[in-house]
Amino acid sequence: MTTMAPTQVQAPVAAWRGFTGEHWREQVDLRDFIQANYTPYEGGSAFLTGPTDRTRAVWGKVRALFPEERRRGILDVDTETPSTITSHAPGYIDRERELIVGLQTDAPLKRAIMPNGGLRMVESGLRAYGYEPDPFVTQVFGTYRKTHNDGVFDAYTPEMRAARRAGIITGLPDAYGRGRIIGDYRRVALYGTDRLIAAKRAERALLDARPSTPEVIRDREEIAEQVRALGELTRMAASYGCDVSRPAATAHEAVQWLYLGYLAAVKEQNGAAMSLGRTSTFLDVYLQRDLDEGVIDETRAQELIDDFVIKLRIVRFLRTPEYDALFSGDPTWVTESIGGIGSDGRPLVTRTSFRFLQTLYNLGPAPEPNLTVLWSPRLPDGFKEFCAQVSIDTSAVQYESDDLMRPRTGDDTAIACCVSAMAVGKQMQFFGARVNLAKALLYAVNGGRDEMTGDQIAPEAPALTGEYLDYEELSAAYDRALDWLAETYVNTLNVIHYMHDKYAYERIEMALHDHPVHRFMACGIAGLSVAVDSLSAVKYARVKVFRDATGLAVDFRTEGEYPAYGNNDDRADDIAVGLVESFMAKVRKHPTYRDAEHTQSVLTITSNVVYGKHTGNTPDGRRAGQPFAPGANPMNGRDRHGVAASALSVAKLPYEQARDGISLTTTITPEGLGHNPAERAAHLVGILDAYTASGGFHMNVNVLNRDVLEDAMEHPEKYPELTIRVSGYAVNFVRLTREQQLDVISRTFHGSL
Amino acid sequence: MSTAGDRTVGPGRATDRTVGSGPTTGRIHSWDLSTGVDGPGTRFVLFVSGCPLRCLYCANPDTWHMRDGRETTADDVMAEIDKYRGFLTAAGGGVTLTGGEPLLQPAFTAQVLRRCKEAGLHTALDTSGFLGSRATDELLADTDLVLLDIKSFDVDTYRKLTGGELAPTLNFATRLNRLGIPMWIRYVLVPGWTDDPDAVDGLARFLSGLGRVDRVDVLPFHKLGAAKYEALGIPFPLRDQPPPGPEVTERVRAQFREHGVTAY
Repeated sequence: MTTMAPTQVQAPVAAWRGFTGEHWREQVDLRDFIQANYTPYEGGSAFLTGPTDRTRAVWGKVRALFPEERRRGILDVDTETPSTITSHAPGYIDRERELIVGLQTDAPLKRAIMPNGGLRMVESGLRAYGYEPDPFVTQVFGTYRKTHNDGVFDAYTPEMRAARRAGIITGLPDAYGRGRIIGDYRRVALYGTDRLIAAKRAERALLDARPSTPEVIRDREEIAEQVRALGELTRMAASYGCDVSRPAATAHEAVQWLYLGYLAAVKEQNGAAMSLGRTSTFLDVYLQRDLDEGVIDETRAQELIDDFVIKLRIVRFLRTPEYDALFSGDPTWVTESIGGIGSDGRPLVTRTSFRFLQTLYNLGPAPEPNLTVLWSPRLPDGFKEFCAQVSIDTSAVQYESDDLMRPRTGDDTAIACCVSAMAVGKQMQFFGARVNLAKALLYAVNGGRDEMTGDQIAPEAPALTGEYLDYEELSAAYDRALDWLAETYVNTLNVIHYMHDKYAYERIEMALHDHPVHRFMACGIAGLSVAVDSLSAVKYARVKVFRDATGLAVDFRTEGEYPAYGNNDDRADDIAVGLVESFMAKVRKHPTYRDAEHTQSVLTITSNVVYGKHTGNTPDGRRAGQPFAPGANPMNGRDRHGVAASALSVAKLPYEQARDGISLTTTITPEGLGHNPAERAAHLVGILDAYTASGGFHMNVNVLNRDVLEDAMEHPEKYPELTIRVSGYAVNFVRLTREQQLDVISRTFHGSL
Repeated sequence: MSTAGDRTVGPGRATDRTVGSGPTTGRIHSWDLSTGVDGPGTRFVLFVSGCPLRCLYCANPDTWHMRDGRETTADDVMAEIDKYRGFLTAAGGGVTLTGGEPLLQPAFTAQVLRRCKEAGLHTALDTSGFLGSRATDELLADTDLVLLDIKSFDVDTYRKLTGGELAPTLNFATRLNRLGIPMWIRYVLVPGWTDDPDAVDGLARFLSGLGRVDRVDVLPFHKLGAAKYEALGIPFPLRDQPPPGPEVTERVRAQFREHGVTAY
């Protein structure tokens, strides 16, 4: 718990007028503030207002830039100025009309370079879009300033490099910002940076009293950097005319201060996921106070949120084409967690929870911010119905089980990236991408050789030689292959995060966390359904092996039927549960950097396409190169009994053994939810209630017809706003690569006949 | 268990094992989970095999013959349903027996309905009503909702469209009304067949006289079943039939509403 320095305790009377509660005044404690001051809202959506002319004008200016950005890949980039919190002069969309100000650079959609992560990434990112790297930047970061990427490759072992090259461990944040750290940006609004700096100095004073061990020295240096970053945030805010050294005194200031805190983070870090946290109910306290005081009306309240969301929609990073192949559509995962239930049973739903969702109507559908509803069957009916209606109209919302998270990470939990739960300001994670479980199964068959190249990647082991695969023999070999994979994986992640802390530390994001912080080592698995169905085929049917001249198993033929994962059939689903449990247990055996708590996710984002591309024929009948199913999804087309059966298979995966989240992406046709729009929302609410009550963790909900997507592939210009949820995030469909578009179209559409 | 000749069945002759000792067996085509189209909420939908009618627009020709179905017992069906009990309840749904024609196997259907009620599940019976006389009062007491397909209100059209008679269906509707069992009427709209304004009006008037009709679902004809005909190697009679336009669909719905019947 962060403690205030005693001299700082006097309350800023004007800014905190009308607020109740005590503890949050003495210590940085956002949860306590929210609990003491928020007004739950149990009504419906009738109070919401549409976009004002002002909102339309500001949004119109940004929208006008999108076609050019889409055509060229990026609109513009500042090649000369490595981005810091204070590196760029103020920028505006429409200075006269904007309510919430602040851009990453001096112009909207103009990207910045962040070479601390890796110089080569910056250079290849620039060249991909036709820009020349700046010679001075190259000199500084090539000669004088080592980067995260350089550090990682200094410490990688040959085995780690081989595993990475073979694609059995992929998507590692060894050349880009790891992200998935949520600064508690609300703190900037509630306390102002002066008090936050004082609190950090108090934390530092405790460290100064301790012996100078390597750990303590590192913590002292980090807190020094955090304090420096808070000072830079104050200066950056001042350049926009905002004095964030003091607490926000109005709703307008609260939104602005919070956004400036977030802006500092996205100026400093190009993390894969730069999530926002859980801000709507916090902001509602300020909006409600201003509404009660008669300072603003509902139209103004909505305008403030609309303007804030416009800013969140235009966060941009310079990425490389390789990165885009993994995580397609320029995602930034500005995840905002909405709703949920408090530990005292009161819903954490406020009018501002509705106002955030309303932006999807006022500004049109869009993938960012990544609006995430923390779902519980106990949420108020009016809110549930509105969420379902928004989902049906926009396919832009994802749902995660509040009932699974609340007992573990508390009622001030937010989602980082897609499905990673964290107590805001108290927990962070080391993002670990994922390993390829389907490829590992082929390594088990082939004695550690890669099925695509024939190279020996895992330690040499006896290959399976039978004409048909034997389940017991395969299971034993797979277990050994996974032992090796888990060990190599955790060791690789330790290298990456050691170097990321050293060369690309998230100063401002960590300044908005308590010290000491709880860390998770977020491992992940991909290809679950391919591995499960392959094992099921070997167990319940017969799988014949075809080998090349070197003895490498390169193809399989399934003889007979086997139960596939995704049909609520325990024979297959038990294999899936067993794999998740067993890999988690293997991961836990290996010590982590900074004693982070081991977790894993079953999530692929869009990398299911790339993973599939790099994996040979598998015993389930999947052909080489064919995409995996995303996340924890059953393989496309093999879930034959509708969305409930499919979802119940996924719901069996134990959250306790996959605390970093289990992702299910569903696509339902509108007709598959009912005959008429009036009923569809109620039915979707029923599905979400039932999935949550059955232990399901995450559901991406798309309500779409396949022919719409096919038409959008042919005529992208007609669908600039078509949003679709992929795996833990949403994208503009027309910004996916063609391969990914085809993958989405080939997925199971749960309809009706 | 009769496995042949189900085409020629008329109302009145039971074709499955009568209720008594031993497990009641039935023949089913498949099961599925659906939302919002087979009764309220998300439902476990059991497709029972065999149907006495041959509707020209039938979307499930693979369920026509009982002999093509898989023999099963109510126990086996309940074991599958039981896996979804929590989900179905939380989702405000239940179990729907459809087909085929569930009343072609009344004892099996009765037993599944009874077992579902015992399990606390909402039950729905999707039927053409052609074999309504085979549904005992006990069977109907275990039925929370009947999805009654009325294919046409014109006797000749009904015969041409289905190969059967209209009267048993109307009798069944009247009986359900007397027993106080709620009905959702399903009316498939096929241009040139069932869009005649007078016939629609007649049906609407009939339904408005029944107190227990909660709603009418006007279902635009579609050809999603065409691939099944191809796979079975039988001609799809309405292969070239265009679906109704939205204006016709809305007009028919409006006709029902004019008679005070809720229509979607």
